Amino acid sequence: MIMTKELWEGNAAIAEAAICAGVEAFFGYPITPQTEVLEHFSKRLPEEGRVFLQAESEVASINMVYGAACAGARVMTSSSSPGVSLMQEGISYIACSEVPAVVTNIMRGGPGLGNVQPAQGDYFQAVKSAGHGDYHMIALAASSVQEAIDLMVLAFDLADKYRTVVIFIADGAIGQMMEPAEMPPLRPVRPPEERVAWALTGAKGREHNIITSLYLGAENLEQVNLRLQAKLKKIAANEVRWQEYSTEDADFLLVAFGTVGRICQTVVREARAQGMKVGLVRPITLWPFPSARIAELAGRVKGILTVEMNAGQMVEDVRLAVEGACPVRFYGRMGGVIPLPDDILPELDKLDAGVASGREVQS
Amino acid sequence: MTTIEIPADMELVYEYPKSLTEAYMHYCPGCTHGVIHRLVAEVLDELDVREKTIGIAPVGCSVLAYYYFDVDMAEAAHGRAPAMATGLKRVSPDKVVFTYQGDGDLASIGIAEIIYAANRGEMFTTIFVNNAIYGMTGGQMAPTTLPGQKTTSSPTGRDVETAGWPMKVAELLAVLPGSAYITRQAVLDVPGIRRTKKALKLAFQAQLEGLGFSMVEILSTCSTNWHMGPAEALEWAKEHMVPYYPLGDTKVSDGVRALMESK
Ligand SMILES: Cc1ncc(C[n+]2csc(CCOP(=O)(O)OP(=O)(O)O)c2C)c(N)n1
Repeated sequence: MIMTKELWEGNAAIAEAAICAGVEAFFGYPITPQTEVLEHFSKRLPEEGRVFLQAESEVASINMVYGAACAGARVMTSSSSPGVSLMQEGISYIACSEVPAVVTNIMRGGPGLGNVQPAQGDYFQAVKSAGHGDYHMIALAASSVQEAIDLMVLAFDLADKYRTVVIFIADGAIGQMMEPAEMPPLRPVRPPEERVAWALTGAKGREHNIITSLYLGAENLEQVNLRLQAKLKKIAANEVRWQEYSTEDADFLLVAFGTVGRICQTVVREARAQGMKVGLVRPITLWPFPSARIAELAGRVKGILTVEMNAGQMVEDVRLAVEGACPVRFYGRMGGVIPLPDDILPELDKLDAGVASGREVQS
Repeated sequence: MTTIEIPADMELVYEYPKSLTEAYMHYCPGCTHGVIHRLVAEVLDELDVREKTIGIAPVGCSVLAYYYFDVDMAEAAHGRAPAMATGLKRVSPDKVVFTYQGDGDLASIGIAEIIYAANRGEMFTTIFVNNAIYGMTGGQMAPTTLPGQKTTSSPTGRDVETAGWPMKVAELLAVLPGSAYITRQAVLDVPGIRRTKKALKLAFQAQLEGLGFSMVEILSTCSTNWHMGPAEALEWAKEHMVPYYPLGDTKVSDGVRALMESK
C-alpha cells in the first residue's frame, strides 16, 4: 500500500496513530486543548470494534487504564495538565505494578486552571514527579504532527517492551495545528488469546496471577524498588533520543524541546545568517534525558541557552549535564506565550556578550 | 491440604473451596471478612467460573484478598476498584469480574467510581463489606458509621449535624437504571450467612447473563475497632446496624426477576 501525506490536526493524528499502533481501548475525560483526541477515538474505536469509554473523571480514566492494562490489553488515556495531575496516584500504581500504559499530556498554561494556551509547565511533572514514590515514566516530546504520530507508535512499543508507563507530551500548539503527515500502516490488534503470560486472563491451568503494588515488608519493597531502578537504568542506557541541528561547528548551543525546539531551528538559521555559529539539541526523550550528549557538546561550545515555555525546568537537567563546563543561560515565557525567534535572538547576543566579558553567570 | 479417600458408602458433604488458597488469613479473630471470602469462593466454585474469574482487591483490611482467592487478582488504589474492573471487563468481556470493597473504600473515597460503574451497567459484581468503620487505619469514622457511634475520629460519637448521615449505598445504587441486582445482606448469624450466599450467587449469575451491574452489600462486624468480643459485635450489629440498614433486595431488574423465577 502506498502511504501518502494527508492534512492532520495534531490531536486527531495522535489518536489515529494510537489506533494504527494497535490500541485496544481508550478511557478519557474532555479537557482543552486535547479534547479532539477523545473525540477522534469516540468515532474511530467503535468503527474498529475496539473499546472507547468517556470516564467520569481523570481519576477514573487512569484506573480504567490500569484495569485494562492488567488484562494485558494495549491501552491509553489522554489529558491536559490539570487532568494529568489527577492521574498521578494511578500512574504511580501502574509504574510499581509494572503494567504497560500510555498517557498523553497536551500541556496547557498553569498552575491551577491556568488557561488553554500552549505551555511546557509540566516538564517537572512528566520527568521528575509523575506521582509518589521513586520511578520515572519514559517521557516523549514531539515538535511536529508527524513526530507526534511516530512517537505515539513508539510509546506503545516502549511501554510493552519495558512494562512501564510512557507519557507522550506536547503542547496545545502541536495538538491543535494542522500539518501534512503520514500515518503508519494499521497494525492488527493482538487477539485476547495471545495476551501475555503475566496478564489477568483467568487462572486456567496455571497458578493465579496477582498484580499489586503493595509490599508490606521493608526489605521486600526495597527489592521491588531495586528491580524498578535496574529497569530504569536499562531504559536510560538504551532509549535516549534527541535531534541535533548544526552542532558540528557551533560556538553556542540552544537546548529546547517540543514547540520551542522547532522555533529554535529557525533561530539557528537566523543566527547563522547574522554570523553567529549556533547549534541546537532538541531532546525527544525528556526522560531519559540526553545528558551525555549535552555534556559532550558543553566541552566544545562557549555557552548554552535553554529556551522553554515555562519558568525554567528542563534547564535544571541541562545544568546537571553540563556540570559547570560552560555558562548556561535560560530564556522562558509562561502563561501560554510562545517565544519567537525575535525574542530568542537577543538572548543569544546576551549570552555571547556575557561570555566575552567573562561576566556570564549561571542565570 | 491433606486428602482422604472417601469410602464408597459415604457422600462428600463438605469440601474446601477450590477458589480459596490455603494461605492463612491475616484477619482479626471474629472478623467477618473470612466468612465472606469463603462464601464468594463457594459461589465461584458452584458456578464453575474460577478459571475465568478476575477479582479486584481494595485498599482496606481486605487489601490482601489476592492471597486468599485462588483466582487472578489485582489490587486497586483506594476506592478505584470499580474503575479498574470497568477497564478490565471492557477488554475481557468473556471473563467474570468482581470487586471486593470496604465501606470507606466504596462509599467515601470511591463513591464516584461505584455510582458511575452502576449507572453504566458495567457487567461486574461488587461485594461491599459494610462494617461501619475504617478497619485498616485503626477505627476512624466511616461513611457508614452510625449516628452517635464512637470511633477514633468521632470520639464523642458521630454527630450528624457536622459529619452528615451514614450512607445507604444499596438504596443509592438501586435508583440507577444500569444496576440489575442490588441487595443488602448480613453475615451476623447462620440464616443470614445462607441468604448472603444465595444473594452472591444471584449477583454472579446476573453478571454471567449480561444483565447489568450487581452488588451485594454485606453488614459485617469489626470486633477489634468496635472494642467488643466477636459474639457481642454480632449482637451489636443486629441491634444497631440492621435497623438503619434494612436487609433485603433494593433493586431487582426484570431480567434478574426472570432469572430468579427460572431457578
Ligand atoms: C488515597 C488513600 N487515602 C487514604 C488511605 C488510607 N486508608 C487505607 S485503608 C483506609 C480505610 C479502609 O476502610 P474500609 O474501606 O471501610 O475497609 P476496612 O478496612 O474496614 O475493611 C484508609 C483511609 C490510602 N491507602 N489511600
